[in-house]
Amino acid sequence: MSQLTSTPPGTRTSPLPGSVRAARRLPRWTTAAVFAGALAVVLLLGALTHLLLAVSVLLAAVLATVALYALSRAVEGRRAATDRLVTCAVVGAFGLAMLPLVSLVYEVVSRGIARLDSEFFSSSMVGIVGEGGGAYHAIFGTLIITGLTALISVPIGLLTAIYLVEYGTGRLKRAITFLVDVMTGIPSIVAGLFAYALFAIFFGPGVRLGIAGAVALSVLMIPVVVRSAEEVLKLVPNELREASYALGVPKWRTIVKVVLPTAVAGLGTGVTLAVARVIGETAPLLVTVGITNATNLNPFDGRMATLPVFAYYQLTQPGVPPQYAIDRAWTAALVLIAIVMALNLVARLISRFFAPTTGR
Amino acid sequence: MTTTSAPQTRAPRAVRRLGDRLFAGSARGAGIAILLVLAGVAGFLVVDSIPALVAPPQDVPGGEGVAAYIAPLLFGTVLAAAIAVVVATPLGVAIALFLTHYAPRRLAHGLGYVVDLLAAIPSIVYGFWGIFWLAPRLVPFYEWAEEHLGFLPFFAGPASATGRTMLTAGLVLAVMILPIVSAISREVFSQVPTLHREAALALGATRWEMIRLAVLPYGRSGVIGGAMLGLGRALGETLAIALVLSVSAGTVTFNLISSTNPSTIAANIALQFPESSGIDVNTLIASGLALFVVTLAVNVIARAVVNRRADFSGAN
Repeated sequence: MSQLTSTPPGTRTSPLPGSVRAARRLPRWTTAAVFAGALAVVLLLGALTHLLLAVSVLLAAVLATVALYALSRAVEGRRAATDRLVTCAVVGAFGLAMLPLVSLVYEVVSRGIARLDSEFFSSSMVGIVGEGGGAYHAIFGTLIITGLTALISVPIGLLTAIYLVEYGTGRLKRAITFLVDVMTGIPSIVAGLFAYALFAIFFGPGVRLGIAGAVALSVLMIPVVVRSAEEVLKLVPNELREASYALGVPKWRTIVKVVLPTAVAGLGTGVTLAVARVIGETAPLLVTVGITNATNLNPFDGRMATLPVFAYYQLTQPGVPPQYAIDRAWTAALVLIAIVMALNLVARLISRFFAPTTGR
Repeated sequence: MTTTSAPQTRAPRAVRRLGDRLFAGSARGAGIAILLVLAGVAGFLVVDSIPALVAPPQDVPGGEGVAAYIAPLLFGTVLAAAIAVVVATPLGVAIALFLTHYAPRRLAHGLGYVVDLLAAIPSIVYGFWGIFWLAPRLVPFYEWAEEHLGFLPFFAGPASATGRTMLTAGLVLAVMILPIVSAISREVFSQVPTLHREAALALGATRWEMIRLAVLPYGRSGVIGGAMLGLGRALGETLAIALVLSVSAGTVTFNLISSTNPSTIAANIALQFPESSGIDVNTLIASGLALFVVTLAVNVIARAVVNRRADFSGAN
């Protein structure tokens, strides 16, 4: 870990013996030894003073870093000591950043496993007070609304990417590129407000519709699709297009028959990741779709339940006794994470197995 | 790639088939649809917030007009996002350095994927995690900070017993924007020309000196742009804040560890909107407009910074 890329000139290779000071180096095992020693000392102290394990490990890391710096400074000099210090800090920062991920996954799995039963997937919340109940209605609501979102976003996003790569020139292209970038940054709640305002014109204030949620999510999904599709289409070699034109194939047939099939793996990955991005969005659905206890599978008729909003309300308005609802909320969160992770995995698999075969 | 590009001379025009015209037209139409959507977002927000702007002040929630209603929320939004960026930027840069220059190459790819997974986790799950895992664990620290650092305005106390404070919310946000900051930093760090790095090493620089002399100056605009994109994300983050933060309306305070905190615009909309009607809805939409304008400005600046780098890198 602490092995340096640059080795100071040793005396062995020096043409003038004695002209270069032999660099004094700490042996390789120093880092491991210092960290192990610090851990042992802190754990011993911790056992005496009842420190938390996490605090002890943190303390040990800090102690070992300081000790290593001091040791290195005494033996190797200031520059090498600084290098070791930064190495420790960088590795430590990475470890620190992994802590939320690990604890989050552990927390969600351990708390969500309690209600991960068949009832959770087969019943809705109609007439449920306290124990039991499930998220059947919410899971299907999420699937329907996300499906509609993809139905709206994928054609628009894909065509826009095709325009930007194959047709676009001049100011319109620059404007669209810029605005897609801007759209990526729209806060999700603002997208929800936009969809609400749009549908309130036609259906009056207080409207809650599944399709409104799909429109809100499309605002968030389109730029992601455009970005990824644009990157992928740019990678298609120009030789393929030129070969097609040389055979007299019209441009649109070239795009449909040559460019898109070549890029299909990347497009599939991009779309899957975009779906994963919007399937967990809560805020826009909270203001456009609302929540219901019954199963409503018609996105054009009133409130629907969705998984993230279901989790939110189960946690914030649990009823009495609260524990049952909170358990349902965690299980909903677990299912949500499982879906997102599965989509990410599918995206990886698509890009691996559908990658264009070269040298055909 | 445009073989049928502009006819320079009076040469016979290229044959344009019906299919070509239809396809080109629909692609162009999709691009224009995006312009319309964005115009629509801005337009509808403006139109729907006008009733709140012209309404007599006593009708607006809070009773002192829209500006007085939004100001504390805006303060809370900026404060939470600022905490997030201050925490996430150094960590994100460190992660990017670890993945590009410290981790064994074989491992770096897998670890990078793990960091990206942080971005995939839905924000509501971060909210759950913030309430149940992070907040209780920070309570001892808050009590300690109130006792020993109470002279600073940030830690004036009284320390929250639940840990649902502004600092907790900022830390949750920091975790959420970490993948953005580190992804963009990683991108530029990996583009540093090998010659620059090898030149530094050949002069006898240690690894850290090489990074300081070659990598960081080259990647600076990427880091700044990444931090600003993270800021844009943090400003608009909704559910994590709505769940974690315990709010009291109209507060403006720099005290980060008490249980009376200003809310943020997005969280306030999420909490109030489902139960609102009439002029309250218009007021919330007006606050959403304020948020839209702020995030738009931040994102435009961030993109400008990042794209300036892209012009130089030659990797297009």
